[in-house]
Amino acid sequence: MEVFIVNLIAATFRVSTPIVLAAIGETYSERAGILNLGIEGIMYFGAFVGFLIADKSGSLWVGLLFAILAGVLFGLLMGFFTVTLGVNQHVSGLGITLLLSGLTLFMFRLFYGGRSTPPSIPSFQVIKVLPDNPILGPILSQYWLTYVTFLVIVPLAWWILYRTNFGLKIRSVGENPEAVDAAGVSVPAIRYAALGIGGGLMAAGGAFLSLFQLGAFTHGIISGRGWVAIAIVIFGNWQPIRVMLGGLIFGGTFALQLRLQAMGLQLPVPYETFLALPYIVTIIALVIAGRNASYPAALLKPYRRE
Amino acid sequence: MEAKRFPYQLVKSNTPPLWMRPLIPVLILLTTFLITAGLILTAQANPFRAYYFFLISPLSSQVSFLEVLVKSTPLMLTGVAVTFAFATGYYNIGAEGQLYAGAIAAAWLGIVLGGVPAAIAIPLMIIGGFLAGMAWALIPALLKVRLAVDEVVTTLLMNSIMAYIVSAILNGPWRDPTSGWPQSPEIAENTMFFKLIPRSRLHFGFIVGIVAIAVLWFILTQTSFGLKMRAVGLGKPAAQFAGINVGRTTLLAALISGGIAGIAGVSEVAGIQYHLIGDLSANYGYTGVIIATLGGLNAIGVFVASLFFGLIDTGAQTVSRAMGVPVYLGQVTQAVMLLVALGMYLLQRYRIVRRA
Repeated sequence: MEVFIVNLIAATFRVSTPIVLAAIGETYSERAGILNLGIEGIMYFGAFVGFLIADKSGSLWVGLLFAILAGVLFGLLMGFFTVTLGVNQHVSGLGITLLLSGLTLFMFRLFYGGRSTPPSIPSFQVIKVLPDNPILGPILSQYWLTYVTFLVIVPLAWWILYRTNFGLKIRSVGENPEAVDAAGVSVPAIRYAALGIGGGLMAAGGAFLSLFQLGAFTHGIISGRGWVAIAIVIFGNWQPIRVMLGGLIFGGTFALQLRLQAMGLQLPVPYETFLALPYIVTIIALVIAGRNASYPAALLKPYRRE
Repeated sequence: MEAKRFPYQLVKSNTPPLWMRPLIPVLILLTTFLITAGLILTAQANPFRAYYFFLISPLSSQVSFLEVLVKSTPLMLTGVAVTFAFATGYYNIGAEGQLYAGAIAAAWLGIVLGGVPAAIAIPLMIIGGFLAGMAWALIPALLKVRLAVDEVVTTLLMNSIMAYIVSAILNGPWRDPTSGWPQSPEIAENTMFFKLIPRSRLHFGFIVGIVAIAVLWFILTQTSFGLKMRAVGLGKPAAQFAGINVGRTTLLAALISGGIAGIAGVSEVAGIQYHLIGDLSANYGYTGVIIATLGGLNAIGVFVASLFFGLIDTGAQTVSRAMGVPVYLGQVTQAVMLLVALGMYLLQRYRIVRRA
């Protein structure tokens, strides 16, 4: 039982990493007033670009870098539509997701043909911090990006949003862009910056799956994780620490179903029940937390000087 | 001190200049194909030849023209489904899952209605698919109306859950016992949609799609409910103030939306596949969002957009067969077209004028 729990905790951190990365990215975007439904596509494209470049260049680091750059680029494209043009955020975000999933599949077919087994590369290895400790050993045996996510990216997001001038501007353009504009700060510049950072984090989340966890790219590699991240941002009330906790709840459910499957238990329900469980838990969490959700006041509203 | 300003600026004008209106679709097309030409070049193909296969060749023979109509059938239905919701300001992005709910119902009814005459069985399947799609749409709709839970997120998550339900059914009770394929047993012959033209794939679902378009037109423009829908879509507080029951209008529009998406699933099962399969829908639910948007949330627009997207889907297969360009070019083109149109739509409302 102890081994089961230790392994479950270890898996929870691993499985949560891509979701937390993407959800923190979405937090930046939404705090600035932009709902980025391009998240699912950006994660997918990030997973593919990271894999493709790593495969062709032979360097996982170069792959990750290009994935992040691609994410920033498409975050900015989202900005072009929603900030510069001010069109409907739902539709343009979904458009970006459809564009990037089509583009990914197109390029995948072009580079790897219609092969039946997914191509694979040697992935990043786990870093063991306390290899001999029976409890902390397995838990602290994670990929470097998992450590960076939980120890740097999440606290940094909190610090930036709540303790820096830049973060104050991000939160302000998401609440009251008129006031920010009146204070002489460029609303578009702040929104573009937040979308760029957000896009980079989303793509890093996608690349975590292809370059760390799997060392491969498969068609269903993201399978709705981006949508889960959006739900988690609402659940976390747009606060990085609470968003992280939401990501861990999802990750925990997901890890639990993985563990149960791995144990090969004969269960009276199909194994898909467990695959669907994290999504159901997310909806329930949303219902519980969503009642008190305080959406950024200017979310979904384009800002235009009249 | 002000830096030297850009000499032109955008000025809002509520009506586009008359000469520009017919030009806008042309501009959208040209820009879209200019962008996708880059992709065709990366596949080492000649874009002009590819466009011929893409847009002209499907229209040059009767067989492929009918195929365009076949491909546009589910798109008409999901386009209508999404329009019902979006026109009411309810962002149902769950048409994909609702489509599969309808498909499950159709695959089941197709088995149990084996001995029933087609004239009874087929309407029952359509009603069953409508109810199933509606039921799947009910959860997010109720959460939205009663508990103010964001429908965008819940409908998207419901799509993922539905994908696992379909997988569970196909790998469990309905796995084909002889072949072992994850597909449901074939539906009875009397429940298959009849062909509109012998020896083609064009089936009764196309008529159902046209009827859905007509119903959309009728409800939106000719009924007081349609007026309420559009009022809610334009702004909830104002609609509330005008005495409209916003919750009930939203709920009803969301349920109709889910139901029609369910019929799209019935049409694909009973008209094309005759089985429930895991990839029954090629993103039809999501493409419905593009079609509803490009169609300007009105019936005629949705009709034209779905025919055109049917052409793109057919053309993408032709290009893929003839020139080895990956078939996903179709999806990319559709998404690019949406994004270009969103940009152009704005140009319609703004005029570029020289600064004084």
